[in-house]
Amino acid sequence: MRAGRAFVFGDNIDTDALAPGAYMKGPIEALLPHCLEATDPAFARSVRPGDVVVAGRNFGIGSSREQAAQALKLLGVAAVIAQSFGGIFHRNALNLGLPVLACADAPRIRAGDLVRVDAAAGRIENETTGAVLSAEKLPGFLLEMLEAGGLVPYLERRLATRRPAVPPKAPRSGRA
Amino acid sequence: MAMTLAEKIIARAAGRDHVTPGEIVICRVDLAMIHDSGGPRRVQPILERLGVGVWDPAKVVLIADHYVPAFDAETREIGALTRRFAASHRLGGFYDGEGICHVVLPERGHLLPGMLAVGGDSHSPTGGAFGAYMFGIGATEMAGVLATGEIWLRVPQTIRLDWSGRFPRGVTAKDVMLFLCGRLGMDGGRYQAVEYTGSAIIALPMQERMTLSNMTAELGGQAGLVAPDETTLAYLRAAGVAAAESAPRHGDADADAECHEFSADTLEPQVAAPHSPANAAPVGSYAPTRIEVAYIGACTGAKLADLRMAAAVLKGRRAASGVRLLVAPASRRDQQVAAAEGTLAILEQAGASLLPNACGICAGYGDALLGEEVVCISSTARNFKGRMGAASSRVYLASPYTVAASAVAGRIVDPREMLDREAA
Repeated sequence: MRAGRAFVFGDNIDTDALAPGAYMKGPIEALLPHCLEATDPAFARSVRPGDVVVAGRNFGIGSSREQAAQALKLLGVAAVIAQSFGGIFHRNALNLGLPVLACADAPRIRAGDLVRVDAAAGRIENETTGAVLSAEKLPGFLLEMLEAGGLVPYLERRLATRRPAVPPKAPRSGRA
Repeated sequence: MAMTLAEKIIARAAGRDHVTPGEIVICRVDLAMIHDSGGPRRVQPILERLGVGVWDPAKVVLIADHYVPAFDAETREIGALTRRFAASHRLGGFYDGEGICHVVLPERGHLLPGMLAVGGDSHSPTGGAFGAYMFGIGATEMAGVLATGEIWLRVPQTIRLDWSGRFPRGVTAKDVMLFLCGRLGMDGGRYQAVEYTGSAIIALPMQERMTLSNMTAELGGQAGLVAPDETTLAYLRAAGVAAAESAPRHGDADADAECHEFSADTLEPQVAAPHSPANAAPVGSYAPTRIEVAYIGACTGAKLADLRMAAAVLKGRRAASGVRLLVAPASRRDQQVAAAEGTLAILEQAGASLLPNACGICAGYGDALLGEEVVCISSTARNFKGRMGAASSRVYLASPYTVAASAVAGRIVDPREMLDREAA
């Protein structure tokens, strides 16, 4: 992928900030302008396809509403890099085909830095500073799902070929 | 090999003799709960795209609680779509306007110890109070469960939070969870399995245990368990069901778990300041804060046990002038019992306005949201910026005792004084 601009946020960015409750009843398109509105009112109109979201600890805590991840995906966010993630958000993002990278060094990325992400390798290249950061690697079946574009296309493929379910072989460290 | 309660439940669901923290397993799902917000309107299009039906409709319970009652054209359509989904599948249960899913699910006997259960809502760890491994997932993942009956899990480490002694009068499960959020942080649970143990926990009635498990979401755990015991079994009997003989009752004594020990005897009522449950401190720290709205609501804070706590404070008292006291009982059945025993009358005489048995303003839904700059004290679980209304509103979290006492005083106060002293 090409490099994207970094939009930087702090710790504990919650799902109410990502997908405010008042806009949950309508179509997702109506929610998009309000994504992260309470945190950074300019975000939704400034972000461009290919940009990346960078945050501190516990990104996406709160609700199970997957519109939190879907809004970022539809705004064109190429990846979310954070020190850690809320567990449900992390699963939702992968299910919707949005790369999420847990990286202890995420705070080293500054707003506006140009960042190139390789989710499969767990590699984050900061083109602005030249720094290369490493992220926790995702288990193989989750990478496969991500590359398929998310759970639905992944399941479509699986149901079509009637392959057995996810192979129970994966690295033991980190969080998925 | 020794296993914790969570590991025993997961091992059975995965068809394994033994599981180890960190490994990834595929589990068969015993129960899937969905609601009107993340349920039919989101999963139906995915099931259609996949060209499959629901794997086992009897294992699916649908509870409409978010857009209840509907308040405009969009929410009426969500309600209609939800009812059409229920009508076209032979679901294990469908409840419309009967209350909030996490309270209705066990109340109607759907949840049993030992189950591996998923819910399309982040407060699904509530089910852990019954010794089930229950956790929240998003709508796409729920569609996957409905299509296949399976879900993947990274076997969690068990984090045991052990409370010795006994909680003093006026100190509740809500205070425990606010204290833990403050002490351990909103990622203290690390998306692992939290288990609440110790003499103080064992002494808690079922709905207080539900509050512990419920707010495991705020603590960042995947699930929050309490080992099932006679209290659990008595609740199940009242709901007309019984636990399976084979359901695990506890973890092995020598199972590997991270343990944190706390003393219940010295815990004080807690209040969490805006905009995080982790901003918790003893109630005295926030005591002079003036409030305009006192909200007793949600799965976290408006069950029958919570309504009774509020009534214990409000008996013979009234909300201060200028304070709006709002009560949204968590289920219709809990409200009926509260009405029959006089609890509800006490709340109404104290000036409470009754709201529907639904998620309402806790979830930022409905038409009673907090206005600009409004300061609220709430028995709910989350006080994120803007969640309950305007971004400029400020929400303090506390137990039903503390919310009720603060409504009377017009400012945040320690409820123990009013509890010890009958109203004049």
